[in-house]
Formats: sequence, C-alpha cells, structure tokens
Amino acid sequence: MSDSFYFDNEDLQFRLAQLDLREVLELKEKGYSEAGKYTAAPRNYADAMDDYKIVLEVLGELCAERVAPRAAEADEEGAHFENGVVTYAAPTLDAIAALKQAELFGAMLPREFGGLNLPESIYQMMVEIVARAESGLMTVFGLQEIASMIDEYGDPETKARVLPKFSRGEVSGAMVLTEADAGSDLGAVATRATLDEATGQWHLNGVKRFITNGLADVSVVLARSEEGSSDARGLSMFLVEKDETVKIRRIENKMGIHSSPTCEIQYNNTPAILIGKRRFGLMRYSMNLMNGARLAVAAQAMGIAEAAYREADRYSKERIQFGKPIRALPAVGRLLLSMRVDTEATRALLAETARWVDLWKVYEKAIGEGGAEADPAARARHKQCQALAETLTPMVKYCSTEMGNRVCYQSMQVHGGVGYMREFNIERLFRDVRITNIYEGTSQLQVVAAIGKLLNRTLDPLLAEWQAAEYPADMAAEKAILVELTAVYQRAVDALKAQSDRDRVDYYACDLVDMAVWLVCSWLVLRDTNVLDAKKPVARAYIASVAPRLRASGEIVTAANPVPLEAISALLG
Amino acid sequence: MTDQKPIHSAVLVKQVPDTHNITGEVMTKDGTMNRNALPAIFNPEDLNALEMALQIRERRGGTVTVITMGPPKAANVLRDALFRGADRVILLTDRKFAGADTLATSYVLKCAVEKAGPFDLLFCGRQAIDGDTAQVGPQLAEKLGIPQITYAETIVEISGDQIVAERVLDSGSEIVRCKLPALLTVVGSANTPRPASVRRRIERKLAAAPGEYAAIRAAWPEFESDAQLETYLTAHGLKIAVWTAEDIGASEEQVGLAGSPTQVHKINFVVLESTESKTIPATPEGIAAMVQELVHEYIVG
Repeated sequence: MSDSFYFDNEDLQFRLAQLDLREVLELKEKGYSEAGKYTAAPRNYADAMDDYKIVLEVLGELCAERVAPRAAEADEEGAHFENGVVTYAAPTLDAIAALKQAELFGAMLPREFGGLNLPESIYQMMVEIVARAESGLMTVFGLQEIASMIDEYGDPETKARVLPKFSRGEVSGAMVLTEADAGSDLGAVATRATLDEATGQWHLNGVKRFITNGLADVSVVLARSEEGSSDARGLSMFLVEKDETVKIRRIENKMGIHSSPTCEIQYNNTPAILIGKRRFGLMRYSMNLMNGARLAVAAQAMGIAEAAYREADRYSKERIQFGKPIRALPAVGRLLLSMRVDTEATRALLAETARWVDLWKVYEKAIGEGGAEADPAARARHKQCQALAETLTPMVKYCSTEMGNRVCYQSMQVHGGVGYMREFNIERLFRDVRITNIYEGTSQLQVVAAIGKLLNRTLDPLLAEWQAAEYPADMAAEKAILVELTAVYQRAVDALKAQSDRDRVDYYACDLVDMAVWLVCSWLVLRDTNVLDAKKPVARAYIASVAPRLRASGEIVTAANPVPLEAISALLG
Repeated sequence: MTDQKPIHSAVLVKQVPDTHNITGEVMTKDGTMNRNALPAIFNPEDLNALEMALQIRERRGGTVTVITMGPPKAANVLRDALFRGADRVILLTDRKFAGADTLATSYVLKCAVEKAGPFDLLFCGRQAIDGDTAQVGPQLAEKLGIPQITYAETIVEISGDQIVAERVLDSGSEIVRCKLPALLTVVGSANTPRPASVRRRIERKLAAAPGEYAAIRAAWPEFESDAQLETYLTAHGLKIAVWTAEDIGASEEQVGLAGSPTQVHKINFVVLESTESKTIPATPEGIAAMVQELVHEYIVG
C-alpha cells in the first residue's frame, strides 16, 4: 500500500467525517446548481464531501511519498539567492511540480477561475498535511489566501487575468506588508503609492522586509496612498505583477523553514493596481488576508506538531533503556500523552474555527449579492458568524502555534541527546515550528486581537449551546467540571470587564485567552465523545489537565494583582 | 515541434499483486503466492510507460488510450490511468482469457490494439513485477509486425515517421532509430510518473464498467437504476469500455489456457534462513575485512 498522510491519520479522518458543512455548502455551491456547468462540481452534499475526501487522499499520498522523503534535503539546501535572483531548493521545485500536476493549486478559488471552490475547512486540512511533510513548503502552498483576497476584492479584469494562473500553479503569491519599521505596527508603513492623475496609473516606491515567498509573481502590497497621512487610514492595498522594477535585495538566513525564501524587496516606480477602496488597505484588506493567513499558520503548526508527535511515538518504541522501551516509563508516557491530547484538542478547535470562517464568508457573499434587501435572518447569522470567526481565529493561531512549539519541545525531550542532532527529524521540526508563533502576528498580538472579543462575550452563544447539549452518561463527571469551569470563566470575564486600569486588562489578557482556549477545547473534545468512544480518554485526560490550571487562571484574572505592573516600573524602568 | 502531426498512443498496462510488499503469510506451502492476500496495484513500470505517453501528448498533441487485460477488478488500474491523464481506457475481460501465458496475452492485446487503433506508438512497461518475463511487449510488436525499442529510457526525437530513442542496457546505453508505428518498452528510470490529478479524480470518480454499476449505485442511491446510471456515465464519457474475446475477434484456441503453451515444470520453494552469525569488530580493520569478504563472495561489488 502506498503511504498517505491522510489515511495514516485517524484523527484527521475523524475531523473530516465530523465536519458539518451543510449550511456552508448550500450557499457556497449555490444549491448545487453548478453540477451541469462544471464537470468537477458536486451534485449534492454527499458528493461534495466525497470530493473533499479525494482532495485529501491525493494530497496525502503526494505529501507522504514525494514531499516528506525530501524534507531534510530541502532544509539542508534551502532557497538560493544569487545576482538578485531567488530560486527554490531542488526538492521544493519537485514538490511544486507535483502539486501542479495534481492540480492542487487554486484550491479555494471559484470554478470560473479554474479553482476547486473548496471551503476553508478543507483547505486547513490540506495545509496541515503539507506542513507535516515539509513545513517550509507550506509557505508556498499556503499562500492561496492571496488569490482568495484578490477574488474577493479585485476588479473583474484583474481577476480574469491573474486568478486562472493561480489555479494552474503558474504563479505564486506573496503578502507584502512588513517593513523594517513597520512590523506588528503596520500602521507605520512608509512605502509610497503615487497616482499619475493623467493616466490613472499607480506606482510604488519603497522597501519591504521579511516577505515570505517574496519571489512570487503576484504580490499584494500595503502602501501609503494618501500623501501627508501617517496612520493606518492613509494605507491602501495594491496588486503588483512582478517586473524589472521589483528588486529582491537579499534573502534572510533563518533558523528554520529554510526552503521558504524570506525576501527584502525594493519597489522602484513599480506599476501597481489598486485593490478595493483607497484608505482601506490595512483595516479591511490586510485584516482579511491576515485572518486567513492566521488560520493557515495555525494549521501549519498543527502539521508540524503531528510530525513531531509521530517522531516521538516511534522513537519511544524503538529506544530501549532500563531493559524496556522508554515509552513504558511514566515520565516519558506523560510527555507522549500530553502531546497526543494537545494535538487532538487543537485539531478540534481548528476545525471549529474554520467552520465559522466558512459560514462568515458565505453569508458575507450572500449579503453582498442581496444588497440592502438581504434577508434579515441572513444578516443576523452573518453577524454572529463573523463575531465567532474573529474571536476563534486569533485564539486558534495562539493556541495551535504555542502547542506546536510545546509538542516539538516535548518530542525532543523524548528523543534525549539524539534529538539535538541534525540526523533526527525533530531537530528540524523544532527549528521550523519556532516561527509559527511569531509570523502573521506574534502570540502576544493574537491575545490583543482576541481579548476585546472575549470581553464582548462573543463566546457566550457557543458556551450556552454546549452546556445545553447531551453527553454520554459516563462523561457526566467531565460535563459537571466544564459547567463549573464555564462559570469560572464568566466570572473572570466580568472581573476583567470591570477593571478600569487599562494596563491591568492588557497584562492579564493572556490569562483570560488561555482560559478561553482551554474551555472551548474542553467542550469540543467532550462533544467528540458523543460520536467516538476512543475520544473518551482524550477528553478525560485533556479536561483533567486543564481544569486546575483554568481555576488558577481564573483566580489570577479575577484578582488582577497590580504587583507585576508595579514591578515592571520598579525593576525595568 | 508543434507544426508536426499529433501522436496517438496506446499504453498496455497490467494490474499486479504488490510483490514489493510481500510477507510470509502471502506464500502458500507449495511455493506459490496467494494473490488475494496482496493489494493489487498498477504495475510500476507501466506507470512509466503511461507517463512517457502523456509527455508526448503534451508536446505533440494527440491521444493516449490505455488498455488492460484482466479480471473485472482490473478496472481499478484503468480508473487510475484516467485520473493521471488517459483520454480513453479499454478493459479486456472474458472468462476465456483466464490462465493466459505471455503468448496468449500478447495475442489478445494484438487483437485489441488492431480494433482500437490505429496508433503511432505503443508503450508497455519493461516487465511486470509478478511474472517478470518482459515478453509481452516484444511479442505484441512481433504479432503486429512493427519495430520495437525495448528498455527505452528517453525519447530523443520523433520526426516525420521516425522515432529516435535511447535504450539502457546492462553494459551502457544505445541510441536507436526506427519507423512509426513502433512499440516501446519503458524502464523505471525513464521518468517520475505524475500523481493523479485531483480535478480529474473528482470529475471521473464514477468512471465504471457495467459490472460495477451495482457497487456505484450502493454508494450513490441517487441513481435509481442501472439504466439511469448508464445514461449518466455515457453522457459524461465515464463508461469504461469492456471488450470480450468476441468483441475483438479473437479465436478461442489462441486465448486463455487453451492458447498458452507454457507449462510450469516445477516450483522450487526457496527458504532463506540465516543459520550462522558473525561478529565483526567495530574497528577499521574489522570493517575492511568484512567488505573484502563480501566482495570475495560476490555479495557486493
């Protein structure tokens, strides 16, 4: 039998089987009306879900057989930079060729542009599979968000020219936001966009830094279009098709994801096309891009964690110490259990988040098409889905990338000394995962993005629904704990909401986000026990592990002790 | 090359047991293999043959037809061929074909190729991993009366009615030229077979031979009768053609067991057991002595 990163991953198959996309697909597939028009369009819900399975099967096999075996080589060789030209490592080129032959690019684009019209929920699973095989390759594959953003906001002519090339894998994309002095603070972007009033043509001048896959043929670039402005409201989004005015000045020498070229780009009077409306560059379009990219990076960390767990699992069976495989030692078993349960709980959160993002997107489109007459019920649902998508996205980015780092750390511990050696995959995974909780917004920024939503009680409808649901009789104890923990969480939200000292809210925000992550993941793993007995030990172990920590964090948040803030001024000045 | 005429190819493929992953349980006491205990796969070098045909189609245009002789479940390799890019597939299945040796097989393939053709090029894998004879391709060329290039690794050029290809041999390689139509048997080093395309797999997932309709309808209850399913498959070009001995005008005496002069004289059941072991000292001298011994015994080098 051929190897497959889909068929060997029972939990991923479980997540696909559990996905309820009926509501999403009814809208996304326009009542399954495209079946007569496009041969690859589904005839009904079951047909669509079967198609998604095929997508994951094809990708899973390709990644296991062709990509993963050359991951170490891709890391060793890395991307090249010579005379202003960036080239991928040989294994990366081979992987791209195979993905192209398998027609896996343009996954989320509509069929009219040659895409597969896949929902975000499936795309995240694809990203996980790719990242598990070769984390750096994910940055080439996983930037399909850019094509989606162009689809959402681009003008018809640009879309018709550019998007089919994405679908065929002829071009890749780059998201060009960051500058040397505008990292987390993108409002400070200085690259200038000037409009030639006579011709209506925009030109870009400036330098961008830390641009993942910056060699891409099609880039979306955040630039200052409003002369004299100095904040986010002066920024617009532009599309650049690479030409001789775009100079790559260098690529970074990074700790990990070596196959992914991180570029410094100079624009020299580069022709550009405005995307959407002026002044909305950061607030609307960058946020749209980043929300998608954050989910993709969460999936990337998930894939790396899966790979790391498997390395530890295998090694702990083979390595004999004290006359037995080391996994028989409780200290090692503890590490393995933590990794296993953490990955499964996070995968549940990832799937839940992607589903809300899918719902948000389909209602956004439906309302856009319906104009002012759009059904009020659809408007209300749209609002609810958006609130949940915008809450869960930073939560899962934070949760999954921190989890990925933790799992890689634990996996290396299981390996002991050999894990620190280049010959072992965990050494590479450990380096690769480290970027995930930094790029597309650090964990600290995800907390900032999530806290406002949490204090607005956006999770309440979900928490209420989960509390009201039925669970297996032998999970009654866990349910009781979660009811109690939900109350603890609500009290913490109340306390932080009532806190008038803004610095204290910011300081304790991460504790509240931790609580929310643990609580949501707990309910999700408990819900899984309704359909799969094998999830019972997962739910029990996960809840047993997070419950005491959640209570402690509740105490921390509720107290909001000013001492650390005072210490910061006293000690750090 | 685009100004030249398109090339129509046929690829002859075989579904084989996955002998690369053979285990003890698969072998019977008398030294034969229990075929049902192994997964059935696309013969690996047939994939290289298909890839070569697809690459020619990309450069020159034309069509790629894939033909296999086998039991009904051999439709699986034909579906795989469709997923990877074949335009048309034909399943040769008939109880009368059972028990065929290479002679009877190449006869059936010859009849099928004559009916399905004409073709400019025929491709076979070098050999199948079950029989390992490498005879069917050459026999087919002989029966069709066309030139053959065995062990083909690279097509150097196709120009006018001539093909130039490089063959790999034990002693090196040679470049040969012959007239079209011709048959090539392709080696595993020729190329990396492309993966199945996800779009093609989605579009063609229902591709089926009539014998498979019941299974499809069980999975897709929306098709209420075989007739309804067949109408759908035909309209979408998804019906896999099935040809019997009669369809291809094959004479009964020349197919299957009746047409197979090959007889298995004896099976030697070879049991490999390591009875002795040797400890090699972990020193440069110890390793050098071991390598020397392996070379001396013709195990390596």
